[in-house]
Formats: sequence, C-alpha cells, structure tokens
Amino acid sequence: MTPQSRILVIVPCYNEQGAIANVVHELMAVRDREGYKLDILVVNDCSTDNSLSIIRSLPCSYLNLPVNLGIGGAMHSGYRYAYQNGYDIAVQMDGDGQHPANELPTVLQPIFQQEADVSIGSRFISREGFQSSFSRRLGIQYFRWLNQLLIGETVHDSTSGFRAFNRRTIEIVNRYYPDEYPEPESIVQFGLQGLRIREVPVRMRNRAEGVSSINTSRALYYMLKVSLGIVFMYFRLNNKRHR
Amino acid sequence: MASVPITIQIISLLSALLFLLFIFRLIVKGKLREEYSILWIVCTVILIIFSIWRKGLEQISLALGVFYPPSLIFLGAIFAITIFLVHLSVVVSRQQNQIKVLTQEVALLRNELKNRHVINEPETSAASPSAALTN
Repeated sequence: MTPQSRILVIVPCYNEQGAIANVVHELMAVRDREGYKLDILVVNDCSTDNSLSIIRSLPCSYLNLPVNLGIGGAMHSGYRYAYQNGYDIAVQMDGDGQHPANELPTVLQPIFQQEADVSIGSRFISREGFQSSFSRRLGIQYFRWLNQLLIGETVHDSTSGFRAFNRRTIEIVNRYYPDEYPEPESIVQFGLQGLRIREVPVRMRNRAEGVSSINTSRALYYMLKVSLGIVFMYFRLNNKRHR
Repeated sequence: MASVPITIQIISLLSALLFLLFIFRLIVKGKLREEYSILWIVCTVILIIFSIWRKGLEQISLALGVFYPPSLIFLGAIFAITIFLVHLSVVVSRQQNQIKVLTQEVALLRNELKNRHVINEPETSAASPSAALTN
C-alpha cells in the first residue's frame, strides 16, 4: 500500500444539509494537497432535508438509499461499493464535520505502512480537540473494558467513526457489517477476525451542524443494544472460528 | 365437575367454524400466506375437537394430574402464544435483513445506472416516507 493506492472515502449523510458540502470540499482540498488517488462517496441515508440536492451538486459519487437504514446499513452499502469497485482502502468519515479532513493522512498512515488492517482515529490518545461529554466518555470507557475482556485489545475510542480499512478488511465488511450503531460492535468483529487494529491520535471538532444520532433518552437503549450486539457477535464469530 | 352445558358447546363449535371460515377467506384473498395459516387451522381443529368431545378436557387433565381442567387450557394457550410470538419476531428480523440488502442493492444499481447515463434520477427520493409509499 502506498499513497498511490485507490482510496474511497465514504461519508454517511443523514440530514446534514448544513455540513455535507464543506466536508466534501475539505476532502478534495486534502486530496489535491497530498496527491491521493481518492474518490468520495456520500451515502444519503434517506435524508428528509435538502441533503440530496446538495450532494447531487457536489463533484462526488453518491449512493441514495431509498429507505432509511441507519448508520450501519448506510456504511455497509458504502463498503459494498468499495469492494465491488476494487478500492484498496476505504475510509469512513462522518458527514457532520466532526472529523477534520486534515487528519486524513494521520488515519491513513498505519494502512500505508501496512502496520494495521484497521486504523481508527481516536480523540482520547493525545486528548486534544473536542472530548465529548462526561457521560459519553463514561460509556466509551465501558466499551473499552468490554473490548479488553472479549478480544484482549485496548481501543480507547471505540465509538469513533473516523476509520480506514485496507482491502482485507473491506472484504470482511463487504460480507457483514453490524446494524444500527456499528462502531463498537465492529471492533469486536475485527478483533475476532484476527485483523490488526491500530489507533492514531486525531483532533475532532464539535459537530458543525445537526444533532447527534444518540440523545440522552436513547443512551440507555444504545448501551443495551450495543452490549448485546457485542456479546452475540463474540459468540457467533467464536463458534465459526472453532468449527 | 358437571358436564359442559349443550348451549356453550354449540356456541364454541360455531365460533370455531366461523374462525376457520375467516382464515380461509384471508388465504383466498391473498392476505394471509399459507405457511402462516397452518397454525391457525390446527388451533381451530383443536377447538372443534374439544367442543365435540365434551369430556375430553377433563379426561386429559386427570390423566396429566391437573386437578383444575381450565388451568390446562391456560397453560397450553400461553405456551402456544409465546412460541408463535417468537416465531413472528424471527420472521420480522429476517424481513428486516432482506429489506436492508434490497435497499443497498437498489442504491448501488441506481448509482450504476446514473454512471451509464441511463436515467436521470427523479427528485422524489428526497421526499417524505409517505410519498415513498404512494410510489
């Protein structure tokens, strides 16, 4: 893998009319500066605002889901696209502007150097930039503990949606990617599939527009759903491995 | 226990037959798939058997060591309902998975068609779910 690898940046978008254009333009600026062979794919998850017409006017590819699938299903369609079109690297980057495109080289570095199959941009390593709220960090701490318990791997920011995958990982997520809230679950998936996970420090911003998909009332459901997802993912893949 | 009065026997027999007729109508109209109707037909047949065979419930209860026959009905009914609800959850989960795959496939195909300039995607896709239903 070199910087000349074909890269696909997948940007899931649900009602991000205020931020999506900026995210794409920033990405294109980074592409031109670094000389990447980089394509951008925006996945419109059945937005109810103006997002789709904004995406259409942008110089990038897009997938337009006819039914709202949630972040997991939207990312999965992006990974399937990356797989079908033979990309070497797939990057996930949020459509709300939380992930600065400037940090893309940092996230891609472990993949270029072939040190990792999965590279995760983490805001908790250097503790710079936006750090999220206390309760949110408490939840992330819990997932860190759960991951350590199940796959023996310490991932500081398991809810981070700023990630880069190499071809090997793309082949795996093309077949299966968790639903709904996929980030913590997929780490267990990667760990059990024997993929090398590497975290790199990135700065994140507070979202420019819109609200988080996880509000306070949904937090409990989120924790329960993700915990169940993680535990059952563990049993499912463990059974497959021992078969 | 006194034997079941004849009136209630006729009423239960009639309602069971009416229910069976209702199920058949649903199948004929295509509103109920045959595989899901099997359970309901079996249930109705059991109902009919017990409305004709008046002593049946008491005899089975005594044989099983259940001293209050109606509790056997509740036990059986709750058990059957639970199993069927789990079955429905499985069906819903499977359908959700199928919908996900279909949605992704549609999006990927739309993208491919657009790249080949075969279609100009209509603007309806951004519309509300209700508009999508009417399409």
